[in-house]
Amino acid sequence: MACLVRSWIPLLFLQSFLVAIAFGSNEGEEFSEELLLKPLPDRKVLAHFHFENRAPPSNSHGRNHHLFPKAISQLVQKFRVKEMELSFTQGRWNHEHWGGFDPLSSMNAKPVGVELWAVFDVPQSQVDISWKNLTHALSGLFCASINFLESSTSYAAPTWGFGTNSDKLRYGSLPREAVCTENLTPWLKLLPCRDKDGISALMNRPSVYRGFYHSQRLHLSTVESGQEGLGSGIVLEQTLTVVIQPETTSVETNMQPSWSLSSLFGRKVVGSCVLAKSSNVYLQLEGRLGHESKNVDTEIEAHKLWMNSDFDLSLKPDRVIRESSSLLFIFDIDKSSDSEPFDLGLTWKLPSKWSCEQAPLHASRFLMGSGNERGAIAILLKATESQEKLSGRNLTTDGRCTIKANIFQIFPWYIKVYYHTLQIFVDQQQKTDSEVLKKINVSPSTDKVSSGMLEMMLELPCEVKSAAISIEYDKGFLHIDEYPPDANQGFDIPSALISFPSHHASLDFQEELSKSPLLSSFKEKSLVRSYTEVLLVPLTTPDFSMPYNVITITCTIFALYFGSLLNVLRRRIGEEERFLKSQAGKKRGGLKQLLSRLTAKIRGRPIEAPSSESPAAESSFLSSKLIFKIILVAGAAAAWQYFSTDK
Amino acid sequence: MASEKRDKEEEEVKTDDGSPKIKPRPIVQLGIFLVAHSPVFSVVFSAAGVLALLILPLLAKNTYISENALMPGSARSMLSNRDVSDGSKLVKDIKNYWLNHEGQVQKLIGKYMSDMGAEVYYQKFHPEGNQFHPLHFFSGPDSYTLLDNVSCASYGVNVAGIIRAPRGDGKESIVLVTPYDFINGGDYEALSLGITSTLFSLLARVTWLSKDIIWLVTDSRYGDYRPVAAWLTEYHSPSFKVSDLLKCGELNTADTFRRAGTVAAALVLKVDGRSERFEDTLSIYAEASNGQMPNLDLINVVNYLAVHRQGFYVKVEKVVSLLSSSWLKIIGEIFEAVGKLARTLNPDWNFGIPAADYLEGSATLASSLYSQALGIPTGPHGAFRDYQVDAITLKISPRFPPDSKTRQHDFFLRGARLLEGTIRSVNNLLEKFHQSFFLYLLTSPSKFISVGVYMIAFALLVAPLPMVAASLYIEGCKALTKSTDNPTENLKSWKWLDAAKQVFALHLLGFIVTLLPYFICQVPGQHSPRNRSIMWGTTSSSLLLITFAIIPGCSPFSSRHHGTNWAVLKSVTISAAFIGLCLMSIINFATAEIGALLLVPTCLMAQPIKPALRSRRIKSLLGAFCSMVLLTIGFPVMFFAISKGLFGEAVVGLSLGGEFWTWLESLWAWKSATYLYIGMVHLPCWLLCLCILFHPS
Repeated sequence: MACLVRSWIPLLFLQSFLVAIAFGSNEGEEFSEELLLKPLPDRKVLAHFHFENRAPPSNSHGRNHHLFPKAISQLVQKFRVKEMELSFTQGRWNHEHWGGFDPLSSMNAKPVGVELWAVFDVPQSQVDISWKNLTHALSGLFCASINFLESSTSYAAPTWGFGTNSDKLRYGSLPREAVCTENLTPWLKLLPCRDKDGISALMNRPSVYRGFYHSQRLHLSTVESGQEGLGSGIVLEQTLTVVIQPETTSVETNMQPSWSLSSLFGRKVVGSCVLAKSSNVYLQLEGRLGHESKNVDTEIEAHKLWMNSDFDLSLKPDRVIRESSSLLFIFDIDKSSDSEPFDLGLTWKLPSKWSCEQAPLHASRFLMGSGNERGAIAILLKATESQEKLSGRNLTTDGRCTIKANIFQIFPWYIKVYYHTLQIFVDQQQKTDSEVLKKINVSPSTDKVSSGMLEMMLELPCEVKSAAISIEYDKGFLHIDEYPPDANQGFDIPSALISFPSHHASLDFQEELSKSPLLSSFKEKSLVRSYTEVLLVPLTTPDFSMPYNVITITCTIFALYFGSLLNVLRRRIGEEERFLKSQAGKKRGGLKQLLSRLTAKIRGRPIEAPSSESPAAESSFLSSKLIFKIILVAGAAAAWQYFSTDK
Repeated sequence: MASEKRDKEEEEVKTDDGSPKIKPRPIVQLGIFLVAHSPVFSVVFSAAGVLALLILPLLAKNTYISENALMPGSARSMLSNRDVSDGSKLVKDIKNYWLNHEGQVQKLIGKYMSDMGAEVYYQKFHPEGNQFHPLHFFSGPDSYTLLDNVSCASYGVNVAGIIRAPRGDGKESIVLVTPYDFINGGDYEALSLGITSTLFSLLARVTWLSKDIIWLVTDSRYGDYRPVAAWLTEYHSPSFKVSDLLKCGELNTADTFRRAGTVAAALVLKVDGRSERFEDTLSIYAEASNGQMPNLDLINVVNYLAVHRQGFYVKVEKVVSLLSSSWLKIIGEIFEAVGKLARTLNPDWNFGIPAADYLEGSATLASSLYSQALGIPTGPHGAFRDYQVDAITLKISPRFPPDSKTRQHDFFLRGARLLEGTIRSVNNLLEKFHQSFFLYLLTSPSKFISVGVYMIAFALLVAPLPMVAASLYIEGCKALTKSTDNPTENLKSWKWLDAAKQVFALHLLGFIVTLLPYFICQVPGQHSPRNRSIMWGTTSSSLLLITFAIIPGCSPFSSRHHGTNWAVLKSVTISAAFIGLCLMSIINFATAEIGALLLVPTCLMAQPIKPALRSRRIKSLLGAFCSMVLLTIGFPVMFFAISKGLFGEAVVGLSLGGEFWTWLESLWAWKSATYLYIGMVHLPCWLLCLCILFHPS
């Protein structure tokens, strides 16, 4: 017994020490974990994990972090990153059913593949260098080919079209990057509890990757302390958005499926992460449900909120918050334990239908034309149902109601866009640029050097039904070693970003919430943005499967060409005939001629006398000329090869 | 060039008596040898060319899946009875619809699609046909030309449903097309909807999709091709301008036209007629416009799954009349005997195939060659080829009558499994189809002849042309030098100029005649095809007479002995024919092959008839007779009549003109390069041969 006590004491001591470190008041590093669950109208469930890690400003440069990941802080210090966002996405965000006008979708609906943007705090001349270094560092950190963004042909420097106005911003995306668990594991490593404890323990890989959409995002921003001598603090925000289809046995198609955390993820939450300051689970119910129960005062009515004729919650929420169009149930998972795991469930009793709020215009993008020569890119903006509701908000100074839409698009250099062919149709009528185009910024691409970029701001009338933008391009030719693997698939044009600068999405909570970083970020006004589809452009590809044939044919052609060219240069048919004739005349003195030939060969060659009448000397002179020509041709070929491959 | 050299060599040999002969280079020697013996070689080569064509069915190789990623049949089918019952229910509902309501079947199909979880939309289109425009002949699929006076009287409505791949990126899609007549749909057509909806119900649930699936039900009231082409035009080059078509009709089509990325492959499914065989029959149609074929792998996958998994009897089109032809049978038996003999000599030489197989193979080959040469797509899949999409049409003929409920279930299951397997294979594909052949001829669904093999026949056929041209030129030059003592005319290299003028004039005439139908079509008033063909014929012949009258020395009937030696003229004609055939072989190989079969003997045999008659020798008389027969066959109208006769429809008299006109009209409406070939290569060369035949020498 005594032995047991003795072994307990140091353990207790160690634990109290650890806790002291974790909640060290002088350091002020904070970590919080949150999970938002939201049933979607198309019988799916959205799970949004949100982890926030704050490192306050401190003056010690080489300090030790307690909670904050050292890799990130070193990254920030080394490359002087002011703000950065990296996202890995698989699947497409369904703007019609999953919403397009709430902070969740405008921040977490990301383009397929990898997207990275960063703002640097360095002199203008060093931004590109910092960007390149950053891509390599991130590539190593996240086991992804982010280093391909290093090449100047794959990133751009948006000025205002991206939403963040800064000349030190760089943006790049890799649409073809496959997202896998190997990207999630390093991302989880940045969390203090990894996926061992707390909410992140829910991230069962099969269930996360079985989803219809998942986007893992890392956003970091530095906070200036304002004080002299103090460094800057860092806020690291890590989110994972997953859309999962709950498995359902019910055959009824109009009934929403019931689910619980364990049925969605195959796991339950057993206690919170000890290092987290707060760990909450939210359940957001949208639409009609929110409107129905407006005034909740008494205990009974509050109870009705989560256990009514429509649906049942398996757990009692700690708090219920009303938003303009939705209800938010807050659960604190601190109370859960091994014996009583937190397993929130939602059971629907009645069929219910609602719709998500959509962005004012729904954007889709597609390719036009056929053939391997040219084509056109079209962006189609269609008015959504929620547009009418929103349109009243943005009256311009002259009383006209307008919707502003920013379009930001990167074109790879092999898509040679003709910017003068830009055509804008509003409600099926062609408009001149001055009518609808408020601002445009174009940076044309340079072959094999830089990608093209188009930023434009459209000002459309509020009652617009549809708008179309089309721009023509020529398909370029790539050098044989510039083709990626699987070149016959085609080439990707990264997503265009459509943002609505005059529309801001925010959740409008009626109560004061101070603690939750997730809810406070929802409360802030965020720019409404949506990404379009990635496009696949088929380019002409050489037949890679036949290098041998190609080499053989090329060599044959070269041999034939050079052979006949040399023949033409060297041979003089008239001369030859005369020579043969004279030889025929001299035939009688065969031995003598042979002798003279021999002597000429022995003597004549080192001297190389052109005046010599001996035909052999003549021929040797010719051969030296020939050698000179061969060297000339070879030199030209080498030079050509050198200059052609140099770029 | 070769002739000059040869002359020089001869001089050389003469002048230096006793001196060592200057040996010309071997390649030059070979050329001289070939040119000197051109008549023998031309006969040998032409015969070898024809033989090589006949031997092609023996050289056919078995097809194989070239792209490993396709992996057909490796996945277990996931179709369940639930899916099949979905399909059966749709077919039943459609039948009930015909009994109870009128029209608007589109809505019903659309509802089924959206119930399965697809995004549905309706597309209206105009059934207007293709208009011939000389300037747009080779341009790609033209952008949506909008007519100002849009009438709501006739328009078609396509229904399309899109299943989004759950985890896909939406960059690519696979299209399934089922033509259906929404006004008077047949029972068999409804079965194709049943199969596809069975499949669609499965695809809406599966998680393995990486490409979006589009199911397009086209309005086949306006033909099979036009609705698909209209949908593709809207998909690839929509007009953003206002369209009046949207306003017509009660069907609300205000919803957006939805797209799903680059189309990777397309399958057209049709069910029609009852199978004559014991098994269900699957016919594959692959030829698109101008002899373009889809990648062979697509046919391979379908064939493999149909034969080895679902037990369909797979066939491709063949010329039925050839199956009963005795001469082909004899050839087949000869080849069989030769094959057997070869095998007795060496067991490794087993190239012989049974005569029945040979007959079957050559009938299929003939059909394959003919449909490629015609340049008209054999089904709605042709519309996809214009956008570089590999597509084929599958026509399934069930062995049971359409109202048999018991068999229907099994039929749906097997049909849908075949499509599921094919879609799964295409879905596996990361790159677009590129591994296998694009240039091939089929001799059976599982045998093909690649371009490397069938090129030989054509090469052998056209090989004598340059040789004969060279030898004739030398001959003609000699004759000219003898006849004229004028030293200024003795400039050798310009001898061909007169003949070239004539050849050029007749080619120009051919070009004008090619364009004439466009202007004849512009003539106001309704004319029957027969009248139009008469108009065309009279204009063309009067143009020909004008040409003869204007250009001196062009006419074969001019009594004056004006320059053009017939040998030189024939030499230039043959060169022109050679160039024309070679160019055509690049555009449409099959046309060039059939054209060479006609044109090469005609050109080679053409010689003035007068000296032959004068000489009264049997050899020359026979030659003259042969050339006259070949010229008669070579006349396009005549050849058309003969080939019609071969296919079993005899046409005589003036109605032939009308038929011919309709045929040509279809050629240019489909933008077939064969039309250009007939007008700009075949016709001028034929006329030139006629000139040579009646040459006053």
